[in-house]
Amino acid sequence: MSNSHQLHDFTTQVRRDILRMVHAVNSGHPGGSLGCAEFLVTLYQEVMKRNPGFSMDGINEDIFFLSNGHISPVFYSVLARSGYFPVAELATFRKLNSRLQGHPTTHEGLPGIRMASGSLGQGLSVAIGAAQAKKLNKDNHLVFALLGDGELQEGQNWEAIMYASAKKVDNLIATIDLNGKQIDGTTDEVLAMGSIKAKFEAFDWIVLEVTAGNDIDAIKAGLTDAKAKSGNGKPVCILLHTEMGNGVDFMMHTHAWHGKAPNDEQLTNALAQNVATLGDY
Amino acid sequence: MKKYSNQGSKDTRSGFGAGMTELGQKNENVVALCADLIGSLKFDDFKKNHPERFFQIGIAEANMIGIAAGLTIGGKIPFTGTFANFSTGRVYDQIRQSVAYSDKNVKICASHAGLTLGEDGATHQILEDIGLMKMLPGMTVINTCDYNQTKAATLALANHHGPAYLRFGRPVVPNFMPADEPFVIGKAIMLNEGTDVTIIATGHLVWEALEAAEALEAKGISAEVINIHTIKPLDEEAILKSVQKTGCVVTAEEHNIIGGLGESVSRCLVQNHLVPQEFVAVNDSFGESGTPDQLMEKYGLNSAAIIEKAEKVMARK
Repeated sequence: MSNSHQLHDFTTQVRRDILRMVHAVNSGHPGGSLGCAEFLVTLYQEVMKRNPGFSMDGINEDIFFLSNGHISPVFYSVLARSGYFPVAELATFRKLNSRLQGHPTTHEGLPGIRMASGSLGQGLSVAIGAAQAKKLNKDNHLVFALLGDGELQEGQNWEAIMYASAKKVDNLIATIDLNGKQIDGTTDEVLAMGSIKAKFEAFDWIVLEVTAGNDIDAIKAGLTDAKAKSGNGKPVCILLHTEMGNGVDFMMHTHAWHGKAPNDEQLTNALAQNVATLGDY
Repeated sequence: MKKYSNQGSKDTRSGFGAGMTELGQKNENVVALCADLIGSLKFDDFKKNHPERFFQIGIAEANMIGIAAGLTIGGKIPFTGTFANFSTGRVYDQIRQSVAYSDKNVKICASHAGLTLGEDGATHQILEDIGLMKMLPGMTVINTCDYNQTKAATLALANHHGPAYLRFGRPVVPNFMPADEPFVIGKAIMLNEGTDVTIIATGHLVWEALEAAEALEAKGISAEVINIHTIKPLDEEAILKSVQKTGCVVTAEEHNIIGGLGESVSRCLVQNHLVPQEFVAVNDSFGESGTPDQLMEKYGLNSAAIIEKAEKVMARK
């Protein structure tokens, strides 16, 4: 895939998958999933150097960890449509005996997943470990991680942020989904974190900002910049300003759709705003 | 009875350190992580010999568990080391999600378990860790009894795929297991055959069980002593074979009576062959400051307690 038009179509289809998956089981997290659709599509389709098939060890390829596991719908859709498992399997999301658990897990052997996430705050540490394993293996590929902004309230992140710079884990690019919202309201209302940029800089990370975090070209430019800045003795952080619920007008500008599924009428409305491009599962 | 002699007292944690030193030379995938306790965990040689494979995490145990989980992705075999309390209770959710549920090949190695940590007191003396770890699906739980066994268990874990918890201690204790005794995960070791009562012991209580058996023999009581280093998976075959002969059992462990070895044995007995059981364990309390010997005496975790419980359980047959 090479141009932003194709990536845009891909993203539209991912949005449809997200909406249909959470609607089918009347549960799941559409808001954050929609907000990160452009990012994950760009990462998997344009940026990461991936080997065909899936190996847990991910030797000689870039690998990705999703720390905010509740946005599993977007992760599953992008993984399926990137060839890791059949797209039809998206229909099993959150159902009994499915490999597509409510939150991602390795436990059911779903290709593309390298760690369980859902209990927040753990993914960055795991990504650091995987990055250090790559260094030991003399594997020059990168480790990417995505974290929520509300998730930064978990203390383990700050252990990891401190460690990554102290130990010069410079083959790591951590993106923060800066949508400013969490379950109980805005991040400022729940627990104001001040300047996340200043905090990462104080912890001696290289910090990049993508203010148009739902714009594929801006995301691609940000990730390209981040890759260029990796390997210089410091971990790299991308502050990705996104809109929760992006692409569905009534799901945007609110935290209400963090963990709520649309009803039949709402689904119809939402899908009408995102016409199928690659075919529904 | 068969005589086990003390080959020279040593701490079990030094057995772990010796095992790590050997693994460092033998297996290039073995990596070690420590949360600011290199000396206590006897990591000095590994760190000196393989600085690139040694990860000083700082006082950040949650991060250590996560990094260990990540290091397995790429084929490393991480051994984490800190005190038992900080290895388990402090990081339970990290172990649960990033290691156990994610099926990562991480070896969580814990020193200073139980009361024998001594003077530091209850903040550092975890008596709940066996229970915490054995409840996690897929987690192997091992509690070794002396230097030689701890070294052997450390070496065995590198060849075992899957999450594991290795529990050992701080004090210098008798080293009595033969250095060449094979360590098979999940296989109990028969130390002394007897006919009147079975004593199933783990960790520091194994030596106490041998001493108790000797004292019981002098009283005309034939005690069978089983060293059950692996609490999960439990060697039910060895337990059942023994109690079918003796008809009663005493379990002995440096752990809370709730959630420990004793309860695992009880479940096995209730499901398969019910016989009276008595417990040598801490009676649902925290520890406190004191010397190891004073604490083991006060909380009833020594050979005298095992003898008392053996006589009590025999009377219940």
